[in-house]
This record gives sequence, C-alpha cells and structure tokens, in this order.
Amino acid sequence: MTSVAGGTVIRLADAVVALGGFPALAGASMSVERGELVALRGANGTGKSTLLRLCAGLVPLARGAATVLGVDLADDRVAVRQLVGLLGHRNGLYAELTCRENVAFTAQLVGASPNDVDDALQRLGIDARVAVTRAGALSAGQRRRTALASLIVRRAQLWLLDEPHAGLDTAARNELDVILRDATRSGATVLYTTHEVDRAGLATPRTVTLTGGCITSDVSSKFGVAQ
Amino acid sequence: MNTIVAVAKKDLRIEWRTRTLLARVVPFALLVLVLFAVALDSEALLLRAAAGLVWMAMLFSTMLVVQRAFDIETSDAAMDSLLACTAHPSRVFYGKALSLFVQLLALAAVLVTAAVVLYGASVHGNRVVLLVTVVVTATGGLATVGTLYGAVVANMTGRDSLLPLLALPVLAPLLIAASRATEAAFGSQTIDLANGWAWVGVLVVYAIVFGSAGAAAFSPLTESDS
Repeated sequence: MTSVAGGTVIRLADAVVALGGFPALAGASMSVERGELVALRGANGTGKSTLLRLCAGLVPLARGAATVLGVDLADDRVAVRQLVGLLGHRNGLYAELTCRENVAFTAQLVGASPNDVDDALQRLGIDARVAVTRAGALSAGQRRRTALASLIVRRAQLWLLDEPHAGLDTAARNELDVILRDATRSGATVLYTTHEVDRAGLATPRTVTLTGGCITSDVSSKFGVAQ
Repeated sequence: MNTIVAVAKKDLRIEWRTRTLLARVVPFALLVLVLFAVALDSEALLLRAAAGLVWMAMLFSTMLVVQRAFDIETSDAAMDSLLACTAHPSRVFYGKALSLFVQLLALAAVLVTAAVVLYGASVHGNRVVLLVTVVVTATGGLATVGTLYGAVVANMTGRDSLLPLLALPVLAPLLIAASRATEAAFGSQTIDLANGWAWVGVLVVYAIVFGSAGAAAFSPLTESDS
C-alpha cells in the first residue's frame, strides 16, 4: 500500500481537464481524507465524471495540481490506476463470461484468492444461480453488482463510482449504501456521483456540488459547510 | 506470466463459447480459397499460386479475428478495467497476442489442408518441417501485428474498415516471406528449400520486431487522452 502523507487521499488545486479543447473540469479544488465517503452532485455535463476519471488517472491534467494516494498525476497518472477502483457508467464486464468468471478474472489479475471471489459475491448478495449466469444475460442491477464485486476483490484504496445506484432496485441501493459505508470503515475512501438529493444528503456525510466544471459547494451533513 | 496466461485463457474461453472462429472465420477463409480456385480456373496456375492464396486468405481472416478480439474489450469498456488491474500493460498485449496466435494457428492448419485438397499442393519429407516452421513464425507475426493494430483502432469510429487499411500494408512483408517460404515447402520449381529457410529468417525477425514494438507501444496506444 502506498502511504499517504497526512491521510489525504485526494488533493486537487485549480485542476483543469480539457476534453477536445473544452474545459470539462475548470479549476476544481478539493481535498478528501482517508476513510471519507463523499457524494458528488451536479447536473449533467458539470464535470462529475471527469473529476472521477482524473482521479483514476484516465484523463490528463491540463493545468493546476492533482495528487491522488500520494501520486502526482501531472508526473505519472498511470501509477495511480492500480491503487484506485473506477466503476464508470459501463460495467467493464465480458458478456460471454459468467458473473463468477468475471469476478474471478479480476481476482487472477490482482492475485486475489478464490475465497476472496466467494466473499465478494456473497457480500453483494449474488446467489449461486446468478453466479453461473453469463453477464450478458443478467439484469442491469445484477451486472452492476457483479462489477462492484470485481471492485471489492481488487481491494482498491480509493473507490470512484459513477452513479453506482443507477439500475438498482430499492433494496439493492440500500445494500450498496451499506457496502460503501463498510468500505470506508475498513480504510477505503469512496467518491461517488449521484443525481439523488436524498441519497447525497442523508446517506453520505459529505456532499460536493459541481457547476460548470467548478466546485460550488462542499457541505458536510455532520459539521456543516466545510469550504 | 500470470497476467499473460489469464488474459489468453479468458479470450480463448470467450472464443470457445461464441464459436466465432468456427462459425464465421473458417467458413469465410475457405470460401476465399474456393473463389480463388473458381476465378483462376487452371490447375497449373492454382498449384503455382497456392502458397500466396493461402496467406492472402489468412490475412483477410486475421482482420476478422482481431476485430472480434477487441470488440469484447470495448463493448462494455472492459479494457479500462483490465488495464487498471495491471502495472504492466505489455502483459495484456502478450496475453491477447497469445490467444490470437492459438486461434490463427488452428485456422492456418485448416487452410493448408484445404490448399492440399483444393489446389493439389503437396508436402513431403523434410519440407514438412519447413512448412510447420513457416506456419508457426508467420502466425506469430500475424498475431503480434494484429494485436498492435487492433489496439490502435479499438476506440476509433469506423474501426472495422480502418483495421485492414492500416494493418494490411504493414503485413505485406510477412505476406511475401510466408508465401515464398510456403512455395518452397510445397515443392515449387521456382524456389528451393534453402531459399525457403532464408525467408523463415525474415519471418522470425518480423515477429520479434512487432512482438517487441507492440509490447512497448501498447500502453500509450490504449491511453485515453480525452
């Protein structure tokens, strides 16, 4: 594990990301401490997904400074990828492999054991019948759970989730909230995007709102306005 | 090594489930050989051109196999997850190339057999060793170039037509070397066994160059800058 000085997992200072010449992130500044659960809110196209992709090392930093898990993204954004787990709008699954095979493939790549695969499937409530079903034949919610199970076996230090509640039924959404809180208790840091006001306000201790590529509010439900 | 084997096994398992090679690529390749036979309509000419026609059919078929190999990575953004799980993208390159190599080797075996049956090509004695070596080395080159250019076009619009446009010119030296060496293995009067082995040397160098270049370039090629 990479040690993070002062427990700060994400530190952005005037971070700018340009996509096709357009500043999708236009000078965002924020810091996130280890073990925090943070919701990112904002309308479509305000830079939420871009902020997650920046933190995952998938898009280059055009200006400003960005450090994630001690890695300076301006210097080496590839190095951070193994430390973070990004779940985007798409699930990153192979349709022809079963749910279990998808998770087991990730486990093989990161050196996790078959027991870790079973634990992850169990944690996500994926039963034996679903586990042997091909991903292409699963419902949207079951595919999402499979992708989350892959994220769990990776033991990522930073979870970056783009609308993880999308496509899940009420029970599964509540279960996901529990999983996210469990993850933060075990030392992981979670940053996720959501359009749901209630979910951001009640289920998450801290909510960051983006408007036009900039962070316009940063509210902690326990301690009030943080920035 | 673990990553290389895991990626190759994953790709081969998906191929086994979808039967793309058996159901689409092999029939296509055989059809190409049959159409060449119909178009040329001369036993003597076919026998002389057999080696070149086999490798032409291999090249066209390789485009289909490569497209399929990268479709499975891009359809649900699995490549992003795959690259995020490994510190060595070159191992993903070798894993995918290994899977392509196995599939193309099976296809080459079918096409060489078809050339013997359809065109009357024959292989005897020590020419068998040459033919096997040509097939293995040329298929290695096809697999590495296919993986490299498959990665180049994976996220591009119109990748189905871009792949052959970009890869086929690069594969021209392989086509020439493999055809000449296979001619020698088929006992052609125009090229002797020693010359055939010389062309194998070209194929080995080609496979090594693209195997190394592909591994080095795979990470920047799969980078997302937007």
